[in-house]
Amino acid sequence: MDKNTNVLIVDDYKTMLRIIRNLLKQLEFDNVEEASDGQEALAKLRAGQFGLVISDWNMQPMTGLDLLKEVRADARLKDTPFIMITAESKTENVVAAKAAGVSNYIVKPFNAETLRGKIEKVLTHA
Amino acid sequence: MPDGQAGGDRIEAAVRAVLGSLSGDMTVTEAALLGELEALGREVARAKSEIAALRVDDINASHIPTATDELDAVVSHTATATNEILDCCEVLEGLQSRLAGEDAEALGGAVTRIYEACSFQDITGQRIGKVVSALKSIERRVAAVTQSFGRGESAPLAEQEEPAAPRTEGEELANGPQLPGAGTSQAEIDRLLASFD
Repeated sequence: MDKNTNVLIVDDYKTMLRIIRNLLKQLEFDNVEEASDGQEALAKLRAGQFGLVISDWNMQPMTGLDLLKEVRADARLKDTPFIMITAESKTENVVAAKAAGVSNYIVKPFNAETLRGKIEKVLTHA
Repeated sequence: MPDGQAGGDRIEAAVRAVLGSLSGDMTVTEAALLGELEALGREVARAKSEIAALRVDDINASHIPTATDELDAVVSHTATATNEILDCCEVLEGLQSRLAGEDAEALGGAVTRIYEACSFQDITGQRIGKVVSALKSIERRVAAVTQSFGRGESAPLAEQEEPAAPRTEGEELANGPQLPGAGTSQAEIDRLLASFD
């Protein structure tokens, strides 16, 4: 697992961005950028080089699922590992995310070990 | 009938119009109809006075705005408190480098647990957002009922609902956190994802 991977975290709750950033720091990921919705995230992804996206679902003006679809439809971004971290825990949400190409799915509230395990899994298979 | 006439008044006017037309000798059927219409008129008048006694205007003028303001304050205060806790955690993390061995490990583990616990603020905020949305829906419906009895100036319910904008799949499926036991656990999600591989 490459700890130098550039990670983009996307959430409309600033507190949640801070928590995920600090947990990533504990996992020794220091190259972390933030976005507060799908549109801002897409702009940053298109402008930069990211090796991992960790996104919430429920955001405006673009949801995490819609961001995921945009990423998978973009020729340059389509292979970027994408982890959804969300309170949306219905089976239909997981199925829709999988159909859209999500790399892994974490339901809130989550613990650091779950986050570490999912990141390791998606970066190993990237 | 004037367009702006309230629903309750329209019913009363219709009853009076029908009663006015039933003059002179009446058949048994017409007499029965007259009795039913008079009873209907009394029911409408009683319903109007009961609604007035309920002071439904207070619901929209005071109760619901106060409730939503209180809930907004809960979200704001928990966010402030959570960020103060995170400030403290970051100070503790800075001190961790001065420790060694088990002490450093214990401090790091405790800080991680605090970070994990602080995610309650996100879930709480989303749950309160759902409650506020429900309150606003009730507010619109109360306004419509008040209007139909000529006590408010708001438009009928059908006109108050915002036009439905096209929604993406992501928006359609955004329901927020489920109640305990109603959602899918992380272990079940992992099994579901594995079943696609």
